[in-house]
Amino acid sequence: MAFELPPLPYPDTALEPAYSARTISFHHGKHHKAYVDNLNRLIAGTALEGKTLEEIIQLTVNDPGKAAIFNNAAQVWNHTFFWHSMKPGGGGQPSGPLAAQIVETFGSYEKFAEQFKAAAVGRFGSGWAWLVADGKALKIVTTPNAETPLTAGLRPLLTVDVWEHAYYLDYQNRRPDFVQAFLDQLVNWDFAAANWSK
Amino acid sequence: MTHQLPPLPYAFDALEPYIDTLTMQIHHGKHHAAYIANLNKAIAGTPFEEMPINELLARINEVPEEIRTAVRNNGGGHSNHTLFWAIMAPNAGGAPTGALASAIDATFGSFETFKEKLTAAAINRFGSGWAWLIVKPGGALEVISTPNQDSPIMTGDTPILGIDVWEHAYYLKYQNRRPEYVANFFNVINWAQVAANFAAAQR
Ligand SMILES: [Fe+2]
Ligand SMILES: [Fe+2]
Repeated sequence: MAFELPPLPYPDTALEPAYSARTISFHHGKHHKAYVDNLNRLIAGTALEGKTLEEIIQLTVNDPGKAAIFNNAAQVWNHTFFWHSMKPGGGGQPSGPLAAQIVETFGSYEKFAEQFKAAAVGRFGSGWAWLVADGKALKIVTTPNAETPLTAGLRPLLTVDVWEHAYYLDYQNRRPDFVQAFLDQLVNWDFAAANWSK
Repeated sequence: MTHQLPPLPYAFDALEPYIDTLTMQIHHGKHHAAYIANLNKAIAGTPFEEMPINELLARINEVPEEIRTAVRNNGGGHSNHTLFWAIMAPNAGGAPTGALASAIDATFGSFETFKEKLTAAAINRFGSGWAWLIVKPGGALEVISTPNQDSPIMTGDTPILGIDVWEHAYYLKYQNRRPEYVANFFNVINWAQVAANFAAAQR
């Protein structure tokens, strides 16, 4: 069973104007799809065919001979997680147990938002910023290129893609504006809260 | 204020249709300018403030650890982009001549093979980075790629031609189609400048 590009959890116009349908058409339809296609091509006929995405990621991480497989597998996972980290009418603040934990860990939602934005803006080059669970603790981490917190034993709750392709058509060099829009208008706290409660 | 944004050696629209005007404006006026501003901030008040950029990169390991990453990223960004603007020109492209052409043939077998190697290096760099034609300390030519804004100067080599494959270099015009951007880049290579860089690297 080859991997398939998961459909977007909302119509491609649903995140307008903070995240344009044009950006989504390339980001989902070209970039995410290319990672899926490359992965299928790279694992066809190998021992990795038939494994789950998570298994492939764990089996190839830190193996220089399997860097291309890891990169594509992790990018498939990361992008699927990213689409769910946003929703139409998103933004605002979390509620429930995750909200309480954010206040306990960071002091306030505002302090969390400040640190998350600084992390996302400060990741030099291509990569991702994440809110993760480290056991019972919350952390903000960033990863370069395709790397994912999964391989460090961390449980992702939320992510923002800060590869330039994620925002260049809408924001060009203004990554801070994109991350601000992600927090104010896009972020799906229900998804993060559900991941936290798992 | 040590380092300053060098003016583009041609008009912003001079590389059309291969590299579009808006990309050139943002790339030079925003990205390159930001590397310089961040570099100046990092080295302010340190003994490295007055050092020429490429000497600073060659001596990156002497830079204090607390500012080394900032100097590496932003100093690399400044040097790399300065070279990048110079090795492109309007009405350029084609193939090199003279000593550089002979060296490329001797090293890679032919210009076409060199072109394939540089193209592959540019396309296969995962994430952000650069593909380069460098001169090694012994004078040999080599095609390499570096991640992010790492400069070949940091490892003792001399870059004489570089192609920026950060997505900001091509996304407005080419989006996900990096191979098309790389193919078109060959139409704007200023081989006279690359040959001059090659000659300077021999000395
Ligand atoms: Fe992406
Ligand atoms: Fe650039």
